[in-house]
Amino acid sequence: MVAQTAIPHGTGPSVLVRGAGVSGLTAAVTLAERGARVSVHECGGRVGWGASWKAGGMLAPWCEAESATPEVTAQSLASLDWWDAHVPGVDRNGTLVLAPPRDVREIMRFARRTSHFSTIGEGEIAQMEPDLADRFSRALFFAGEGHVNPRDALNALAARVVELGGSLRFNVPVDAGTAGYDWVVDCTGIAARDRMTDMRGVRGEMLLLRCPDVTLHRPVRMLHPRIPIYVVPRAGHVYMVGATMIESENAGPMTLRSMVEMLGAVYALHPAFGEAEILETGTGLRPSYPDNMPAVRRQGRHIHINGMYRHGFLLSPVRAAEAADIVFGES
Amino acid sequence: MTLFYGTELASRLMLGTAQYPSPEILSDAVRRAGAGVVTVSLRREAAGSRAGQAFWTLIRELDVPVLPNTAGCHTVREAVTTAQMAREVFGTDWIKLEVIGESDTLQPDMFALVEAARILTEDGFRVFPYMTEDLVGAERLLRAGCEVLMPWGAPIGSGKGLNNLFGLRALRAHFPDVPMVVDAGIGVPSHAAQAMELGYDAVLINTAVAKAGNPAEMARAFAMAVEAGRMAYIADPMEERDMAVPSTPVIGQAVL
Repeated sequence: MVAQTAIPHGTGPSVLVRGAGVSGLTAAVTLAERGARVSVHECGGRVGWGASWKAGGMLAPWCEAESATPEVTAQSLASLDWWDAHVPGVDRNGTLVLAPPRDVREIMRFARRTSHFSTIGEGEIAQMEPDLADRFSRALFFAGEGHVNPRDALNALAARVVELGGSLRFNVPVDAGTAGYDWVVDCTGIAARDRMTDMRGVRGEMLLLRCPDVTLHRPVRMLHPRIPIYVVPRAGHVYMVGATMIESENAGPMTLRSMVEMLGAVYALHPAFGEAEILETGTGLRPSYPDNMPAVRRQGRHIHINGMYRHGFLLSPVRAAEAADIVFGES
Repeated sequence: MTLFYGTELASRLMLGTAQYPSPEILSDAVRRAGAGVVTVSLRREAAGSRAGQAFWTLIRELDVPVLPNTAGCHTVREAVTTAQMAREVFGTDWIKLEVIGESDTLQPDMFALVEAARILTEDGFRVFPYMTEDLVGAERLLRAGCEVLMPWGAPIGSGKGLNNLFGLRALRAHFPDVPMVVDAGIGVPSHAAQAMELGYDAVLINTAVAKAGNPAEMARAFAMAVEAGRMAYIADPMEERDMAVPSTPVIGQAVL
């Protein structure tokens, strides 16, 4: 049996974590660090088989307050430190929020709904992001925010699980047995949709571009009444551009209209993006509950961490800690 | 009593369901608004695969009459196909017909609108056409079989209020017996009250509620404004004048 043979030796509770996306791997690391014997089963062929692979990786508790409830901000304040302590390459350069001249009022709205930023002008924008000099006259700078490359981060967490004595198995059938474990922590994201009746998928679309002509040092959110985008810099002049929020469970390829709109917005951020190579286009379904708030739910010895919506990297460390509290009887 | 295709609505506030921070907040807003109708868009890329099903189920569970719309359609064919799909999904022959003619203002294409309204009416639909305040267009839509008209206040999502008061007054005056809804462009409750004071039968709001800092509270504010405006219209407001008329009578005052 797959299940029994994979339980590592030791004295702590044995926990099967189902799913090696951001919630599964943060849970696995958190549990292992507290002494659990952790096995991670993933139905896909690598880490981040679901939505996590396409995430922006922004650790932006203050910016999220624009559309999320205050709880999202409050609960995610420690997140940046958690990631910094667990994976290499966490950037803490803040977030820049700006808008094209015609839509400057969007900045005022964003400012009214958020906090912990400074309003900066042309000079400071030029200093921070020389490539954006003379293009934008006003921006909000959220100094306390950061970002992480989701794919590198997931791989780092997977390595950490093994380092802590846990095991990871890929291509495990979804109906594989769970017998022999003290606890099962289900982090299967949208794949749990049939078991979680109040879950829905919210479609997102993203692009990966390579553009040696543009250098950005931090995530840039460009506000627009119709097509707000964010551009997150990765190593080697690669940029992740996201992301639409569509109430649809169609995970099919990106539509021409979405791509045209997103690319048009990137081009408006800097015309040099016109020469960018499109490395990848991606779509995915964000697992979401009706309040769009990630949740930990318990059914006997089963714990579900799910409904991460657009807050996977931001809120998974705190949800992982909540799940661990249940396993160790501290909740 | 105003009948929309023979149906009296519980309230004269119609609420769109897009752009809320979460379905839960949407549901709160609908409740606090006491909305008479909720509109929902069937994004065209969802067609066929029924990909919006989970969200549509949430909408149906609001237990408020659903008015599906053809938002985002730019041609007669798209709009007709979307309407047919909406009828299947929501089991209603009501359709808010949108055929967009210009992408910056999202202005309705009146020519395509009339054509699509004719096709859909012949197919048994009850069409709520999203239109400009054009009198001739209104006449054509009525001739095509529409029994409700939905003129815009201002471009969708602009929050500019009633852009052409003269036009909206004229439209109301020309078709006193046609149920009419001001749809789009309303930004704050006073705009909604103003539309109701002009004698419009209902207003349709989406962005102004969904994008408010507190959507549920704003929904309630709109509900109160719609009620106030309607009450004022029925109470027959005074005329505007160019000169002051003292509210305290001077006749009979002691002459010193």
